[in-house]
Amino acid sequence: MSPIALTGWLGHDGTVEHPDRWHRDQPGHRGPFGRHGPFGLRERHAGHGGPLRRDPADRLGGGVAAGIAAWRGFSPTTVRIVFVLVTLVSAGWGVPLYVLAWLFVPAAGTDANIFSKARTDAGGIRLAVGLASLLIFVLLVAGALNGGWFISWAWPQVFSIAGLALIWRNGQEEDQVTLRHLLEPLGAATGDVRPNRRSALRLVIAGALMAGGLGWLFSAHTSLALLRPLGGVLLVIAAIVLALGPWWLRIARDLALERQAKARAEERVDIAARVHDSVLQTLALIQRRADDPQKVIQLARMQERELRSWLFEGRDPDEADEELTVAAGVRKIQQDVEARYGVPVEAVTVGDCDLDDNLTALLAAAGEATVNAAKWSGAGVISLFAEVEPGEVSIVVRDRGKGFDPEAVPADRKGLAESVRGRMTRRGGTATVTTAPGEGTKVTLKMPRSSLPAGKT
Amino acid sequence: MSTPRVVLVDDHGLFRSGVRAELGRQVEVIGEADDVQPAIDLIGELLPDVVLLDVHLPGGGGQAVVQAVKASHPEVRFLALSASDAPEDVIAVIRAGARGYVTKTISTAELADAVRRVAAGDAVFSHRLAGFVLDAFAAAPQAASDVKPSFDPELDQLTGREREVLRLIAQGYTYKEIAKELFISTKTVESHVSSVLRKLQLSTRHQLTRWAAERRLA
Repeated sequence: MSPIALTGWLGHDGTVEHPDRWHRDQPGHRGPFGRHGPFGLRERHAGHGGPLRRDPADRLGGGVAAGIAAWRGFSPTTVRIVFVLVTLVSAGWGVPLYVLAWLFVPAAGTDANIFSKARTDAGGIRLAVGLASLLIFVLLVAGALNGGWFISWAWPQVFSIAGLALIWRNGQEEDQVTLRHLLEPLGAATGDVRPNRRSALRLVIAGALMAGGLGWLFSAHTSLALLRPLGGVLLVIAAIVLALGPWWLRIARDLALERQAKARAEERVDIAARVHDSVLQTLALIQRRADDPQKVIQLARMQERELRSWLFEGRDPDEADEELTVAAGVRKIQQDVEARYGVPVEAVTVGDCDLDDNLTALLAAAGEATVNAAKWSGAGVISLFAEVEPGEVSIVVRDRGKGFDPEAVPADRKGLAESVRGRMTRRGGTATVTTAPGEGTKVTLKMPRSSLPAGKT
Repeated sequence: MSTPRVVLVDDHGLFRSGVRAELGRQVEVIGEADDVQPAIDLIGELLPDVVLLDVHLPGGGGQAVVQAVKASHPEVRFLALSASDAPEDVIAVIRAGARGYVTKTISTAELADAVRRVAAGDAVFSHRLAGFVLDAFAAAPQAASDVKPSFDPELDQLTGREREVLRLIAQGYTYKEIAKELFISTKTVESHVSSVLRKLQLSTRHQLTRWAAERRLA
């Protein structure tokens, strides 16, 4: 509940009341008769004694009736019924009266009325005068053709429409919201008047058509032509479409926008789910393993690779790597080594081609060399570089670790000798190991590509 | 050499403060910006030696900053920095005029070194950028049709030596190590890298773009 609502209601009998009573009394305001008798008369209806203020908290329109009720101590329902009766008796003058009260009586909790603001609003005054004159024009035309009770009822509304326009432009947000609800179509149309002249023109034409159509309709009974009423109806329809068409279009557009927003929201949900499944989980893991830098790095690298492949390569991380190309094979080596040994592998691939038996052997040798580097070199990072050239595919595995003396490798460490060199030479490739204690190790593997392009076989 | 004056441009405040804290002693961080327009204004005002520039910025990407600043202050040098290695983004920033590209996972010492080198007018290639460039300028395949990407031989502008240097960079070699490996001076390595950078930037071939697109689709 807003503070305005509180003060507005508490002012009721000048005392600060317990919230419980507020709840109890509430039906007295809203119900047709309430608990104070058919006319809502209270035992004491002296009112709050303060100045007259509109009560936006208990409003139907501008809160005028509620304000008067609070001021004089009646039930708002009573005031509203009286107001409707006055309007009926005075042939519609109650409405502009109400609008003027809206305009001139300040809202509860404030001292400035809307009119004091509207006075300086040249655009609003233009709008008000324009709308009023438009209505006058329509009524003049309609009256000249054939008046009737409808026209006499409509005349006071010239003032209403001007007043409402001023309120629309200068009222507080809640006034505008109420107006928008009360006059949704008209509000939308007048809202257009400010930005462009076309809509003003549209409204004028609509008004003219409407007037013509109404006139035709009203004069129809004096005419013998049977087609005339039909023409009048058509004109009125055209006027309505012209006046309200943009509003309908706007509603349709809003619907479309809403649909788009929904699609975007779904996409966001999808991304959020993905991020949650991967990134957030990993971040949680990292927080729990903060004391183990090795593990943290490993987790971060794994997550980075996964996210990267999803973002930039459009591959689903869950998708099994088919390992049909050199690049995919290199990626696999990188992943495996990082996951198993926690040593980052910087992989760079230049070009790509499909795998054949030779290249599969090359990849197996490269994998072995990388594992060796991860296990023995003690290096912080391993470089894995693969280049596919027309004639051959080369892979270089390099680390800046402690290196070793090739002559002094124990016989039981067959890794390099058998897995790497053996695999390569059996297939017609070469393996070169460059290393020295303290200088890191570089394993260069080259495999000629078979004369027949591996193609897509 | 005096410490280079650096402006950080990155939309992640956390990353900026991290870099500032780490680089604090080795370079002079004189300003930070988090988006394209503020960055352009700030750089024009401070005229730093080096701008550490995130490839991905909300208001148009790093290359927008490079292009705008290069037009009025060609002396300001840019080092692109990114967590993403989508090749088309990286190549775009380099082609806009950045003097190099490193990944955000780079160590502090290496980053400080890269900044100093860019400030001195050298080019800085990370192993990944070297891979991209090799890929983009890959020798035209003769018979094998399944090598991606495929370019006309005449468009292959890298010399054998340049390719050699790039390969070693892609293998994680430092310039000093490359010099030792190839029996040339570090200065020569630097000149090779600079020349590759120039080719990358000045080449009007649309193939680079096509390569990036292909690579993304591949």
